[in-house]
Amino acid sequence: MEAHATEHGHGAPKGITRWLTTTNHKDIGTMYLWFAAAMFLFAGLMAMAIRAELFEPGMQIMSPDYFNQLTTLHGLIMVFGAIMPAMAGFANWQIPMMIGAPDMAFPRMNNWSFWILPAAAILLVLSMVLPGGAVATGWTLYPPLYMQGGISYDLTIFAVHILGASSIMASLNIITTILNMRAPGMTLMKMPLFVWTWLITAFLLIAVMPVLAGAVTMLLTDRNFGTHFFDAAGGGDPVLFQHVFWFFGHPEVYILILPAFGIVSQIIPTFSRKPLFGYASMVYATASIAILSFFVWAHHMFTVGMPAVGQLYFMYATMLIAVPTGVKVFNWVATMWKGSLTFETPMLFAVGFVSMFTIGGFTGLVLAMAPIDIQMQDTYYVVAHFHYVLVSGALFAIFAGVYYWLPKWTGHMYNETLGKWHFWLSMISFNVLFFPQHFLGMAGMPRRIPDYALQFAEFNQISSIGGFVFGASQILMLIVIVQCIRGGKKAEAVVWEDAKGLEWTVPSPPPYHTFETAPEVK
Amino acid sequence: MGHRRPLPVVLASLLAGLAFPALADYQLNFPPPKTGLAQQIYDMNVWVMWICVGIFVVVFGAMFYAIWKHRKSVGHKAEQFHESTTVEIIWTTIPFLILVAMAWPATKLIIEQKDTSNPDVTVKVVGYQWKWEYDYLQDGVKFMSVLSTPREQIENKAEKGANYLLEVDEPMVVPVGKKVRLLLTANDVIHAWWVPAFGIKQDAIPGFVRDAWFTANEVGTYRGQCAELCGKDHGFMPIVVEVKSEADYKAWLEAKKAKAAAAAGDAGKVFTQAELMERGAKVYNANCASCHLPDGKGIPGAFPAITGSKIATGAKEGHIGMALIGKPGTAMPGFGPQLNDADIAAVVTYQRNGLGNSTGDLVQPADVKALRK
Repeated sequence: MEAHATEHGHGAPKGITRWLTTTNHKDIGTMYLWFAAAMFLFAGLMAMAIRAELFEPGMQIMSPDYFNQLTTLHGLIMVFGAIMPAMAGFANWQIPMMIGAPDMAFPRMNNWSFWILPAAAILLVLSMVLPGGAVATGWTLYPPLYMQGGISYDLTIFAVHILGASSIMASLNIITTILNMRAPGMTLMKMPLFVWTWLITAFLLIAVMPVLAGAVTMLLTDRNFGTHFFDAAGGGDPVLFQHVFWFFGHPEVYILILPAFGIVSQIIPTFSRKPLFGYASMVYATASIAILSFFVWAHHMFTVGMPAVGQLYFMYATMLIAVPTGVKVFNWVATMWKGSLTFETPMLFAVGFVSMFTIGGFTGLVLAMAPIDIQMQDTYYVVAHFHYVLVSGALFAIFAGVYYWLPKWTGHMYNETLGKWHFWLSMISFNVLFFPQHFLGMAGMPRRIPDYALQFAEFNQISSIGGFVFGASQILMLIVIVQCIRGGKKAEAVVWEDAKGLEWTVPSPPPYHTFETAPEVK
Repeated sequence: MGHRRPLPVVLASLLAGLAFPALADYQLNFPPPKTGLAQQIYDMNVWVMWICVGIFVVVFGAMFYAIWKHRKSVGHKAEQFHESTTVEIIWTTIPFLILVAMAWPATKLIIEQKDTSNPDVTVKVVGYQWKWEYDYLQDGVKFMSVLSTPREQIENKAEKGANYLLEVDEPMVVPVGKKVRLLLTANDVIHAWWVPAFGIKQDAIPGFVRDAWFTANEVGTYRGQCAELCGKDHGFMPIVVEVKSEADYKAWLEAKKAKAAAAAGDAGKVFTQAELMERGAKVYNANCASCHLPDGKGIPGAFPAITGSKIATGAKEGHIGMALIGKPGTAMPGFGPQLNDADIAAVVTYQRNGLGNSTGDLVQPADVKALRK
């Protein structure tokens, strides 16, 4: 392997140009992950400010308008700047190493799809200091409210365009790599589940990102060029935007969670020392979830006043998603059943993922019931629900994946004690933060309000305390990662006792170029 | 407070491992339902939550058993089974059947929620940034309902009242036991009308009329809030509904009509400066101050100042026009449809002679009437 690394007479170039001009999937993966980490901490700070304002009734530290800007940017940046790039980082690092390919199929496009991301981030962050402030409509960008904003509203539309272009390029790259560059013998049904979930996710991205681009372009022309797509006074319909947005938005939530399913499906078998239970049914379940995601969008809109048959159809279709999702959870539990379990940090986060994501799944089922959703829509119950699936879901899976593959990437073991502290602090504070929000929502607290009635004070205070602890806990993770990069116990090629897959056949850290000669898969 | 508390308590301790202190002070469920719809939603939610708890106990009971018994550290050796079509079919079919059992009663409830036919009272509800208008179509009574919590309480300069942020100057009033049909729309952006005790939430969408209904079964005062983000004061446009007996409701209607007749008399009247300024200050604080601020200084970059502005110190026709029509494409609405001539005349006078301006001219209702199209 070492010999291959220097075959072309070069390893990693030095200095800043290495990162600007790199076409190496490992470098690009690293940049995606650092970008995601930076955005996660930035949008996390916004969440801290939000929880600080909500610590007590009354307006204390910011104006209502600024509060709305923070909730909007927190959502947009976490979804598009933190979770999605982190998943793309895993895809870049892992997919070539897991299928035995030397690199991604389109290395230069890979460079470009990363390097346009900072431009989008700058547009979003810059909008905070422009006259009128950042977008304050919530991440859903609903008109006609979106018509009332200033210059930053147009910049945000451009940011969304750029983010979409980046995602589409990354997806084309991933699909081509997976379909064309697998090692001999690796049939589709032998691919690691992480590769499967990303293949399906990439198709989702290609299908829905143009839809979002279309929706925000219509906003742009409504705002600047006198069209009336969403203006009832000109013959348009504000609800049309919601239909188009959620036609993107619902598949989007699976874009965030399917690669997380993939990561967890790699980790649980390793630490159970047992093959994944029901591999084929996991693949079919992932595909079913992806397909169903196109037919359920209006469950985000049960209060717009759809006809009864509309409510009924979207309720039935949404409830159906519980079936393949349940199959996945059952398979994970069956994988652990009669295994030989150990609980290193990746496994802790994976088990945390399965149990907490399932709670988010249950509240999702409650919200799917249209009559109940009438009460829950736009309340803190919904806020709690989607943080259970996105924080203790997607984010915990990202943490699990980082701890799982970090020794492979850096060649060093991370500090297991600190890792476990990170898990337990995150797990407990996460629940202190979000569990009470279910009660707030049911008791009648709407979401996206900067101030609230007195009966909501206690649970908000508990929630804020949980939030501060959760935020502080993430600094631990940063410390663990930096320590691990700088040094530590040398990692073996097979980092974990029973880890299976091609990525464990190369040394830790892997040479700059891996699998220049494709391995044989039996 | 919340009935049937044990369920969420079980959940809380089971899932979160938390022990909340002083549970009696913490509401864990919907407010007590006051309509048939709300009661059914309440019961259905409890039922669905129990199903979820049951599934959770079974699935995670198995998982935690494995975590406990199948650990490497207790010497458990891994078995290598990894497939069973039978098991997959079983755990696809059983959840499906559970879902069917859940969907059936939900279907009936949706159909009931959507049945707005044969109402006893119909009220048109219009959402504005940031207040509600109630128009009793059969009785010709129409009024605005605005947050009445004083600004000092929001800014922490005064003790907060019991109904902080959930109180309005003019509540909506409905008769008990009568089917009330709401026709909802909005003037500017999307709002949502929500009263948790009634189990009703419906978006109010500009340019479209949606309907919803409720029959309140107990006299009392019920509170809710706008549920759709509608701009900076989204958190400050509550809904208060007073449910009264049939007789009290009739009396309230008569009082409202009498008041409206008195207000109509203002239209032709000529006011003194003091009268206009006093009335104008009230209108300003209820309608203008949330954006332009109580002192008229505005928020640079977002909401222009009135103090020293070209419009408030220029020709009064332009100023009246701005108040009546607003500025399309911005957050400035036209107040023509919301306020009567006397109110517009008063607030324009107040803006031209208060808030640091001193044009010295008075605007009378007749001036406003002349400019209305």
